[in-house]
Amino acid sequence: MLEYIGYLFILLGVLAFLVSAIGLIRMPDVFTRIHIATKTTTIGTILVLIGAMMSEPSWSLKLALIGFFILITNPLSSSVIARASK
Amino acid sequence: MFELIIIILLLAVFISLYRFLKAPTLSDRVVAFDTISIMIVSLLVILSLYYQRSFYLDIALVFGLIGFLTTTVFGRYIEKGI
Repeated sequence: MLEYIGYLFILLGVLAFLVSAIGLIRMPDVFTRIHIATKTTTIGTILVLIGAMMSEPSWSLKLALIGFFILITNPLSSSVIARASK
Repeated sequence: MFELIIIILLLAVFISLYRFLKAPTLSDRVVAFDTISIMIVSLLVILSLYYQRSFYLDIALVFGLIGFLTTTVFGRYIEKGI
């Protein structure tokens, strides 16, 4: 049962990635593209990692390490690009 | 189920790749590259579930580190030059 809830979380995360890709095409400005790319990829990665933790609980430590790393570095890289492209 | 998830994720990767190839400025290319690298990290996590092998997670960690380093170095290059 927990596996199928995990698959649902992974599907939601992948749909967030699809929203991110469509937003990269549709948005009019550089800063709005940076905005949508950072937010949707962060929530998509966190949802995929939560789903993977639910469907395979013995790998939780490595998955939590990847999630921690994404949560630190993703706003930082977005900030660097936004400051450089003003 | 996993095939559907991987097909949707690859569709997102190819749309971002189109953006990467047809971008108006350099900042757009760097943003599209950053998006693609984070998508590939998630794709490696999904592949580790699909094949039931855990070494894809190590590759995902190192790939995320190298993608972050590339984005930071390109931001510094846009800001100040070499």
